Amino acid sequence: MSYIPKPKVTHPRAARNALGLTSRDYEGAVSTLCAGCGHDSVTAAIVQSVFELDVEPHKLAKMSGIGCSSKTPAYFVSQSHGFNSVHGRMPSVTTGAYAANADLMYIGVSGDGDSLSIGVGQFVHAIRRNLNMCYIIENNGVYGLTKGQFSASADIGSKPKKGLPNQQEPIDPVSTAISLGASYVARSFSGDKEQLVPLIKGALLHPGFALVDVISPCVTFNDHEGSTKSYEHTRQFYHHVTDIDYIPPAKEIVAEYDKGAVMPVELHDGSRILLRKVDDRYDPTSRAAAFKYLREHFNAGEITTGLLYFDEQRKEMHELMGNVEVPFAELPLDSLRPPSGELQNILSKYR
Amino acid sequence: MKPTDTSNPDYFHKVVDCQWACPAHTDVPLYIRLIAQGKFGEAYLENRKSNVFPAILGRVCDRPCEPACRRGRVEEKPVAICRLKRVAADNRGDISEHLPKPPVAENGKKIALIGCGCASLAVANDLRPMGYSVTIFEALPATGGLMRTNIPRFRLPPEVLDEEIQTILDTGVDLKLNHPIESMKALLDSKEFDAVFVGTGAPRGKNLEIPGRYDSDRIHIGIEWLESVAFEHIETIGERVLIIGVGNTAMDCCRTSLRLGAKDVKVMARKPRGFFKASDWELEDAEEENVEILVNHSPKSFVIEDGKLTGMTFELMEYQVDDNGRIDRGTVVGETVIPCDDVILAIGQDNAFPWIERDIGIEFDQWDCPVVDEKTMMCGRDGVFFGGDAAFGPKNIIWAVAHGHEAAISIHRYCQGLDIEDRPPRGVTLSSQKMGMHEWSYSNYYEGAERRIMPHVDLKERFKNLDIEVELGFTAEQVAKEVERCLNCDIQTVFTDKLCIECDACLDVCPVDCLTITENGEEADLRTRLRAPAPNHEQALYVSGELPHTRRVMVKDEDLCVHCGLCAERCPTGAWDMQRSAIRLPYASDESESAATDTAA
Ligand SMILES: Cc1cc2nc3c(=O)[nH]c(=O)nc-3n(C[C@H](O)[C@H](O)[C@H](O)COP(=O)(O)OP(=O)(O)OC[C@H]3O[C@@H](n4cnc5c(N)ncnc54)[C@H](O)[C@@H]3O)c2cc1C
Ligand SMILES: Cc1ncc(C[n+]2csc(CCOP(=O)(O)OP(=O)(O)O)c2C)c(N)n1
Ligand code: SF4
Ligand code: SF4
Ligand code: SF4
Ligand SMILES: [Mg+2]
Repeated sequence: MSYIPKPKVTHPRAARNALGLTSRDYEGAVSTLCAGCGHDSVTAAIVQSVFELDVEPHKLAKMSGIGCSSKTPAYFVSQSHGFNSVHGRMPSVTTGAYAANADLMYIGVSGDGDSLSIGVGQFVHAIRRNLNMCYIIENNGVYGLTKGQFSASADIGSKPKKGLPNQQEPIDPVSTAISLGASYVARSFSGDKEQLVPLIKGALLHPGFALVDVISPCVTFNDHEGSTKSYEHTRQFYHHVTDIDYIPPAKEIVAEYDKGAVMPVELHDGSRILLRKVDDRYDPTSRAAAFKYLREHFNAGEITTGLLYFDEQRKEMHELMGNVEVPFAELPLDSLRPPSGELQNILSKYR
Repeated sequence: MKPTDTSNPDYFHKVVDCQWACPAHTDVPLYIRLIAQGKFGEAYLENRKSNVFPAILGRVCDRPCEPACRRGRVEEKPVAICRLKRVAADNRGDISEHLPKPPVAENGKKIALIGCGCASLAVANDLRPMGYSVTIFEALPATGGLMRTNIPRFRLPPEVLDEEIQTILDTGVDLKLNHPIESMKALLDSKEFDAVFVGTGAPRGKNLEIPGRYDSDRIHIGIEWLESVAFEHIETIGERVLIIGVGNTAMDCCRTSLRLGAKDVKVMARKPRGFFKASDWELEDAEEENVEILVNHSPKSFVIEDGKLTGMTFELMEYQVDDNGRIDRGTVVGETVIPCDDVILAIGQDNAFPWIERDIGIEFDQWDCPVVDEKTMMCGRDGVFFGGDAAFGPKNIIWAVAHGHEAAISIHRYCQGLDIEDRPPRGVTLSSQKMGMHEWSYSNYYEGAERRIMPHVDLKERFKNLDIEVELGFTAEQVAKEVERCLNCDIQTVFTDKLCIECDACLDVCPVDCLTITENGEEADLRTRLRAPAPNHEQALYVSGELPHTRRVMVKDEDLCVHCGLCAERCPTGAWDMQRSAIRLPYASDESESAATDTAA
């Protein structure tokens, strides 16, 4: 926690995006998290992503629940929309918001406690609906805000600062999401922005539910020896299985690449993701193969990162429901609400 | 790159851009903080330690520190370092007990200082309190050199000058006014002195040998004319005055002319703007007084009618400037006559030593400048030292003072039979400024305010006589803002690689993106891989040793760091810390018992 605001002075040669803004213009309030918290790095990665995507701040909605992680939307893009919901309820609030206004870009920031403990029911249904949002879990294996109790993502045998090691099976948000048919599933690390930023950019543009599970160490309650979510442990055991480059719409793909190892993925706005396989046995388009690979490597104690599964064909929520293209929020009341006569007609069908 | 060696005193010293640029290495951020705390007397003494004349310099220093100031790189204008010095001087109160005193005992060595300008005075300041018997020979009837004879009183009031000079004389200096040294040989042959210091300045104004030059008595040489004004031998001038040249002397000549009754003063520049020698602030002050500056006018001849100067002919010039900003010699595209009553030549100064014989072991170069060692200030003849404008040609007061300190060290070592090449080293001491979790001993808040503008005496008032000091000094409110603009560059970011857990907190919080964790490489390569462009090669990259987790390195581009301390505040392990670098500069007195007068920072 810092007591002076981050100075309003910018590098005089700081890059500007298509809107003429610098990344500093996408910052929010001063963080009140612990110094060294991984969540602050994820915030910085989000700032960089929306800056590089030329996102207009008023076209962004930041959604969150409760937790240190869920506090972070206050620390980026202060000129956007936002909703800080009840613990674990961010997915349903976002569902409502997205139902009413599909025109905004939704970014949800949650924690492993918020999404996998109290909010796990909400989390899985948002995936089933293929809600068009970028869903970030800042995963530290503990409830940071309430002083470090194990969360549902804690690994078996991981040691707390005090007390006994965890004995319960962890919920892995990545395999859970793949098993539920999520259409963009990624994992990364707060200490690896080179990987994280393109993954967030892809997730923001992906038309459907995009999960980014970010190992984000809790420097205060879960960064000690014996913890499997510490900076040191993560650095030692994490592997890139795929790397992605984000290619904006108008840009040519210039680099030569080996067709077998690189897959270009077309996004709906004309931009592309170049997916480079670090391990060429990995197939991020097959649920079964991905699932198997993840399990094996998890059992070997490895943390598999990258864009792990995607399916650009799946329909997102409004498409699935066959809704009109105009956001409900912009429809005039009379076309949004059936006249009372029409209601009688509908009801009579059920009599 | 190899890990940066921060134990080298120059490393952190360079980060304090102002202090590094100051020839006397005044500890600027320290005195600015003292001013901020209302400790004006201490701020004055901190200045005096290195620059000897804070009240004088706070008004007229050439301020090489300001163009160097880091603040000028992060926003438009540097900190008003110089005028804050004046604040310390104006409000210093009674500090007499901390000023140098006559020595308790004489050490039996006798030193002659020739000329009573700032260079000689600085030497006297350092050596007299150590017990040296110091005699100053001055040709003129007054002390101060060009500070008195050439810097006009509306910029530097005589009382200010007198007070700071008197402090030095009061330590028991034997001052001989009206005493020109006419033969160096005779002085040396007398063997009366153990060492001789030459601080006689660069006393000859450059002439302009063009037709008509000697056909009128209304053509003046700038520095001689200013001297005559200072001694009140000249009290008027014609209505229309042309100043030839556009350096700082020209600015003093034009502004002085206005105070002697001139109505229409034109400064004639041979080259376009951007190629003027005068400092921007001197130009601004002159233009505020409605002096007109005509560019691309090259003097051709004086127009004399019936033995009377009526004007000057100029060639109109055109120049090409190449991509590197270099200007060519120009081509003449026309000619014009500008009427005038007086002309003042302000095109530079030369050294002149008619009184130094050429066969006494003092060597002179092709420009008739003595050959002087830049480190020891000694010339080819043992025991003869030079400083100020006399040493390497016209510079400024602060350089003269810096020379004075160096010469004093040499003279002391020379007189004590020590090797003068073997000089006491500089040092650096670091001390953490952490006071608590989020508390630092300095104000790390970034004040966004722009540079304060110096209030001036009303344009109607100021011309009434020569003595009205134009600058009024900052108001208390202005001081309060201006001190906060200083970035405290001496509060260094110090990194301990083995503590770093690579959480990126410092990288993320740094407002100017100066930090990067990356694979090591050669400097040229590293500079291309940093989070923000690092094109300023004059500013170092601070490179750590290998980081424990990934063997990468932490790299800091020192260029734009605003010393906000946020990296250290956000660092969970204390790998970054904010530590004050106090640069220890050697002075002659360090080697004597009276070293105790040195106040600790
Ligand atoms: C018009 C003008 C304006 C300037 N404005 C500034 C300014 O604003 N800020 C700044 O920093 N610098 C300024 N300077 C430069 C500055 O004044 C000089 O660099 C500085 O005074 C040099 O100091 P000094 O001690 O070397 O010599 P000087 O100040 O020149 O002193 C030399 C002294 O030696 C005496 N002397 C010479 N020969 C003999 C002899 N044979 N025997 C005995 N005595 C002798 C002279 O009479 C003189 O008193 C200005 C210069 C000029 C000409
Ligand atoms: C309904 C409800 N139950 C419990 C809590 C207490 N609580 C606050 S935050 C939190 C856990 C947060 O953990 P996580 O989402 O992992 O966030 P972190 O702080 O680790 O980033 C809990 C249980 C609450 N605020 N509301
Ligand atoms: S308690 Fe843990 S999760 Fe919360 S701010 Fe501190 S380090 Fe981050
Ligand atoms: S900001 Fe302050 S310390 Fe830094 S260079 Fe300028 S005056 Fe000196
Ligand atoms: S003090 Fe630290 S955070 Fe502040 S500008 Fe310098 S490097 Fe960046
Ligand atoms: Mg958590």
